[in-house]
Amino acid sequence: MEEPQAWVPGDPRSRPSRDQVVAGLKGVDEGGVELVQLLTPEGERVHHEHFDRYTADVTLDDLKSLYRDLVLVRRADREGNSLQRHGELGIWVPLLGQEAAQVGSGRALRPSDMCFPSYREHGVAWTRGVDPTELLGIFRGTDHGSWDFAARRFHPYTIVIGNQCLNAAGYAMGQRFESKVGDRETGEATICYFGDGATSQGDVHEGFVWAAAYDAPLVFFCQNNQWAISVPLERQTRVPLYQRARGYGFPGVRVDGNDVLACLAVTRWALDECRTGNGPVLIEAFTYRMDSHTTSDDATRYRLADEVELWKLKDPIERVRVHLARRHGVEQEFFEAVDAEANELGERLRAFCRAMPQPGPERMFSEVYADASPQVDAQRAEYLAYHASFAGEEEQA
Amino acid sequence: MSTTTMAKALNDGLRAAMERDPKVLIMGEDVGRLGGVFRITDGLQKDFGEQRVLDTPLSESGIIGAAIGLAVRGFRPVCEIQFDGFVFPGFDQIVSQLAKLRYRTQGAVPVPVVVRIPFGGGIGAVEHHSESPESLFAHVAGLKVVACATPADAHWMIQQAIACDDPVIFFEPKRRYWEKGTVDPDLGAAPPLHSARVVRPGSTLTIATYGPMVKTCLEAATAAAEDGQDLEVIDLRTLSPLDLGPVAESVRRTGRLVVVSEAPSESSITSEVAARIQQECFFSLEAPVLRVTGFDTPYPPSRLEDDYLPDLDRVLDAVDRSLAW
Ligand SMILES: Cc1ncc(C[n+]2csc(CCOP(=O)(O)OP(=O)(O)O)c2C)c(N)n1
Repeated sequence: MEEPQAWVPGDPRSRPSRDQVVAGLKGVDEGGVELVQLLTPEGERVHHEHFDRYTADVTLDDLKSLYRDLVLVRRADREGNSLQRHGELGIWVPLLGQEAAQVGSGRALRPSDMCFPSYREHGVAWTRGVDPTELLGIFRGTDHGSWDFAARRFHPYTIVIGNQCLNAAGYAMGQRFESKVGDRETGEATICYFGDGATSQGDVHEGFVWAAAYDAPLVFFCQNNQWAISVPLERQTRVPLYQRARGYGFPGVRVDGNDVLACLAVTRWALDECRTGNGPVLIEAFTYRMDSHTTSDDATRYRLADEVELWKLKDPIERVRVHLARRHGVEQEFFEAVDAEANELGERLRAFCRAMPQPGPERMFSEVYADASPQVDAQRAEYLAYHASFAGEEEQA
Repeated sequence: MSTTTMAKALNDGLRAAMERDPKVLIMGEDVGRLGGVFRITDGLQKDFGEQRVLDTPLSESGIIGAAIGLAVRGFRPVCEIQFDGFVFPGFDQIVSQLAKLRYRTQGAVPVPVVVRIPFGGGIGAVEHHSESPESLFAHVAGLKVVACATPADAHWMIQQAIACDDPVIFFEPKRRYWEKGTVDPDLGAAPPLHSARVVRPGSTLTIATYGPMVKTCLEAATAAAEDGQDLEVIDLRTLSPLDLGPVAESVRRTGRLVVVSEAPSESSITSEVAARIQQECFFSLEAPVLRVTGFDTPYPPSRLEDDYLPDLDRVLDAVDRSLAW
């Protein structure tokens, strides 16, 4: 049998085989050699020449607080799932397995930074101080998100794949135009979240081009959870996603997306680069979607159970728990207290969801335009009168 | 003759077209292994292989643009857009290339591409999953735009669209996917793709509608019959070109027309029908043409869709207003 030739990019004599391409994408060895990891799945702290310094100030209390975030975010997510199963939500988009990517990156942000999420970023929302109850309306169908978008610096969820990358590029350009870039302490940056599938969209490509052309302080944070609904990563790309950044002229890094510490460190670095004027940066968080794409999806139709089992061994929460217990002697009481807090959060979400009021029909007509629209105003008046005529009937009956 | 859902009727129609012509391809997001998010292409990849049923990268501009190239090469691609609100990343390719290539080349380069779009509301979905953008396409010269309303039509119209040498934007009323009807797979003469059809004859008033609203309007007609009103319901079926012959003929008998659609009303299919019938049937009309539509607002959060979507009562309200004229 012929030895597989080493692939030297640029050398016309060598070419990657199909298997090598797929292996590079899948990163069979824990995401490949360039994967940044600070905490192994076994809970061991490993040292990294470059990125260690970005967690040098992380105390034991900080670690415990990261753990708490991970547990609470997972609990909120599981509650969302079960609320959907009980008919309280129309749909839920689970983040199970992606907690570390979201909490780690989100916790790297400062209040003055801006964040453009996609639709699965419940964990990032948490780090922005958005209460999970404020996400429920989107999935219950009462609103499109009810948090204070400006105060939280957390943009509305974006459902059309990739759109937000260009919006984020524009926002980050604005930060540059207003001279908020250049100083490590006072500089601002923007982060934009999207999936591996999204990288095939024109908007994402254009976002890369724009951010690069204007040196925008923008961190592109791609959560590569290996699947775009039923379509595996190989159908989107032939090179690992972080390597694509080269082609646009900015750095790309692949981080273990199940390692909250590494995600924190790499995102801090990337934000720093942006703040000081060296943006944009692409981060590929190498992770896995443990649940179905949404509650409407059936992952067993396209995905092997073995793959899921393999990723269970890389659970983002378990490794922090083991690390805290083994390396720092954190007592069982702490973990129990966090679990109790998670249960309370679950109950609070459930109670809140069940009590959410049905919006009145006037909501439909409100804020379509900043200026009055005679057309919409007339439709509102006509419909509310029509609606009221039924209310009268009901009272009589 | 069999009783089947619209989803299955479409699946069977696609299968028949693929068996008939090896150049027919299916392409879109999740259409292969998953069978599409609505399972319309279920089992087709298994039977026809990955080169005839393509699970594409997540890119609508890519899907439409590549389909155009494949059509230039002699294939007949059928593209699936996952939900109505996601066609817009591919809108540029549809408007700039798909619609104009034949004209630009004076017939030398036909582009027999079908773009299937599940459209409309009523399934309790989040943003961008419930839109009715058909008027945007009807406004573009060079495209044919159709909407099916029943399993039988779905079954035949998809085959006719694939056989058509023009690009066809094919709207499927997603909330009717699971409703059943009879389909005769051996039917020799299905109604032509570009023709409206009287689905319920009547004499008091004419309702013209299409897609998901056909069923609602038939229910309204049944309810009105109890009050002694005999409504005629016409399924437009084809939105561009509009086949207004049967509507005009009907209005000349009934003297009254209500046009129903769940899309917003401004500059829409319903505006077009109203304007042209007013022009053609002015002397036959006993009342102005009335319209029942969605509102000129973005599609609301789903808990409000019962308010947004015209229902039986709103249709009957318009019928009453017309009759009271
Ligand atoms: C423009 C557009 N096309 C299609 C969809 C339907 N859709 C929703 S999520 C999704 C897959 C997204 O995969 P990825 O970008 O990897 O993100 P993930 O959901 O895995 O986090 C698709 C096809 C959409 N929302 N927007």
